[in-house]
Amino acid sequence: MLLHRAHFRFGLGPSPAEAASPPAAPREHVLRQLDQPTTLPPSPGLPSAMEAVGLFLTAREDINTARRERVQPHFVGPFPISGRELLHRVAQAQATATPLHERLALHWCNHFAVTDANKTGFFAGAMEREAIRPNMLGRFHAMLRGCTTHPAMLFFLDNRVSTGPNSAEGQRRRRGLNENLGRELLELHTLGVDGGYTQQDVQEVARILTGWTVHVEARGRPLEERIGFDPALHEPGPRQVLGKRYPDAGPEQLELLLVDLCRHPATARHVTRRLVRHFVGDQAPPALAQRLAGVFRDTDGDLGAVTRAMLRSEEAWTTPATKLRPPVELLFSAARMVHPERPAPRGALRAMGQAWQNAPSPAGWPEEDNSWVAADSVKTRLDWALEVASHLSPVPDARRLAEQAFGDGLSAETKRAIERAASGGQAMTLLLMSPEFQRR
Amino acid sequence: MTQLIGRRLALGGLGALFGWGYMPRLSSAAGTRDPRLLVLVLRGGMDGLAAVPALGDPAFDEARHAPELREAGATTPLDSFFALNRNMPELAAMYRDRQALVLHAVASPYRGRSHFDGQDVLESGAPAVSTGGRTGWLNAALALLPHGERVAAPRGLGIAATVPLILRGPASVETWQRQVYRYADDDTVARLLDLYEARDPALAEALRAGAALDGTMRNGEDAADGMAVPGTPLNFAADAAAAARFMARPDGPRIGAISYGGWDTHAEQGSVTGRLGRNLAALDQALGALKAGLAPVWQDTVVAVVTEFGRTVRVNGTRGTDHGTATVALLLGGAVRGGRVLADWPGLATAQLFEGRDLAPTTDIRAAMKGMLAEHLGLDEQRLGSQVFAESAGVRPLRGLVGRHA
Repeated sequence: MLLHRAHFRFGLGPSPAEAASPPAAPREHVLRQLDQPTTLPPSPGLPSAMEAVGLFLTAREDINTARRERVQPHFVGPFPISGRELLHRVAQAQATATPLHERLALHWCNHFAVTDANKTGFFAGAMEREAIRPNMLGRFHAMLRGCTTHPAMLFFLDNRVSTGPNSAEGQRRRRGLNENLGRELLELHTLGVDGGYTQQDVQEVARILTGWTVHVEARGRPLEERIGFDPALHEPGPRQVLGKRYPDAGPEQLELLLVDLCRHPATARHVTRRLVRHFVGDQAPPALAQRLAGVFRDTDGDLGAVTRAMLRSEEAWTTPATKLRPPVELLFSAARMVHPERPAPRGALRAMGQAWQNAPSPAGWPEEDNSWVAADSVKTRLDWALEVASHLSPVPDARRLAEQAFGDGLSAETKRAIERAASGGQAMTLLLMSPEFQRR
Repeated sequence: MTQLIGRRLALGGLGALFGWGYMPRLSSAAGTRDPRLLVLVLRGGMDGLAAVPALGDPAFDEARHAPELREAGATTPLDSFFALNRNMPELAAMYRDRQALVLHAVASPYRGRSHFDGQDVLESGAPAVSTGGRTGWLNAALALLPHGERVAAPRGLGIAATVPLILRGPASVETWQRQVYRYADDDTVARLLDLYEARDPALAEALRAGAALDGTMRNGEDAADGMAVPGTPLNFAADAAAAARFMARPDGPRIGAISYGGWDTHAEQGSVTGRLGRNLAALDQALGALKAGLAPVWQDTVVAVVTEFGRTVRVNGTRGTDHGTATVALLLGGAVRGGRVLADWPGLATAQLFEGRDLAPTTDIRAAMKGMLAEHLGLDEQRLGSQVFAESAGVRPLRGLVGRHA
């Protein structure tokens, strides 16, 4: 069972090399990945947040020019960017020696869910690379700060346009507050919905957040001055959140708030609960999340220490594999294991109900063990698996692959079904659809 | 048969009991009538004051500051007090034909401002945010529909990739979404089913259900309709038309739910010509598609439109509105006693607002839904107050909503 947990609960299934020589000590194999860097190597097709602002401005200019000249603008939305981001993640899932990091990235991107649609889409991939990846085994505070002030989040939850009513801009243009990011910062990213904050707190946080923006007016500002804190939008004055007073210190006001939010016991509870639910599942004994919350508090939110504690716990390895894996994990695992030619990743994710970076709400994709057990999605998984298997050339030997990938987790029934399959393609389809591959 | 693009109807949900090769049989309910109920859940908090502005309230202009709603042609009067956003001509026509009932200042018992908790309360039917095993009130109503020995249990239909909370529960539910691959062959399905039967009953049930109704859709009634993400405005009408087609069949599901997103209009709301205006227009087209698709059974159909909460009365600093409380709900259908706006109007003056910012709730959405379920599906009040909307015995059903001779 340890091999199955290592590959599937904490990884993306074996690569061909890992299948050929399975790790002798699966737990240590996973734990060792904690010592490796978590950043993604830079890639020319993937813009930084600042470059993405430039692409956004160019795209808008193209649309305006086309409108003026009454011609059809060529397609300039964020989708080519997010498409490249997805293909890059698939390639990374295939090549990486640290699949745990890919899984951590999926989890934290879901914790700080943004969408690839509309303007946000220009920046969503950059947020993962700049704010999430470098901090997945570092301080939660750094990740929180990076995501809260990232253009992707500022666009997605409208903070870009939120303006202090008494700020210079608020007075001049009669603009005001938008509490969207303030609310989700408390409800989803830190304290949790039961974290004991009030509507007053939400509004005060929204006021503290004013000023954090992205300037996208057409002219007059170099790219490097377009992202960040603009005092002209910031609501002046001290604020009161959860009973504590925050003096007006410009951008420092948010800094002080985020430090306190990270140290709040509700945040430790909420963040570790979500982490355990994602990796270990609904069946995890509550004591595990409680212990991890303790580690979170004791280490001032050191996610490396929290993740290590989870991986060292007995529960992480003994809790039954009852979570039906979300489509994105299936896609990455199939890519890692058999390098399929088809179907195209983006369409596959959409068909299986998990369009890339397109969670139904800021709360992200559902995490309950059985949230993906619906008739339509299970049947579509089968149609997808068949599509994968029927485009493999040559078809790998599913009998051997099943033994290598699942180890002693391979059930007699799955083994028999694969052995008796009518064709190599059908055998591979059954492997991809087996409970061993589908659940973790 | 290979079909690259098509649609699929599939059985699903928890506790579905349909065997391999299941063929739906005629179902009956509520005496000689054969009622159908479709609930549209608007996710994100629909701004009732933009859809049905209370232009007759003397405080409206000051409270809302929405000059665009005062422009000529921006609204159609519903009565001397309320008007309807001009993006909803289908709804206006149904209202004129007395087939659309507008309920205003309506809210669920939820008084917080979280989408997720708000939707939880709206859909579960519980008096507060539920913990643990969550089921939906529509599923509970479905489970109470009468069915005899020789008659298949009435089924529910969810237009979504997964079953929405409102339809979750013990009664069997079908889900439907766009299908982009060819269907797996029966032999592979059968082999996988064998494996699941032995190792994973939950997956067996889901797969059996999904495959059983593939057959229904293999003739491809509406293939080649693209791959857009469900739930975006472009697809409102397409999803509604599909739901109508399934539900209009004699052997089709009797109870269904569709989710429509895009209502969380925090910034640049554009109630008439902008984003919200377009969303209202898309919703209106969906309502039109439902009426057209369900025409043969429209006399026995109720379409309910609900949302988790309304939005702030005041426009915020970014020309949008934030999470509020009371809003609008709609009931449509041939037997709805429509052509009216039902509201115990709380007023829009500052002192009359809930927490100084929201339209105050004066009608409990559960009262309206219970009244509708009682009159339309013949469910009794006692069960509505315990099994469908838990612990709601004190919330009296609103009567006189459905039924020409009530």
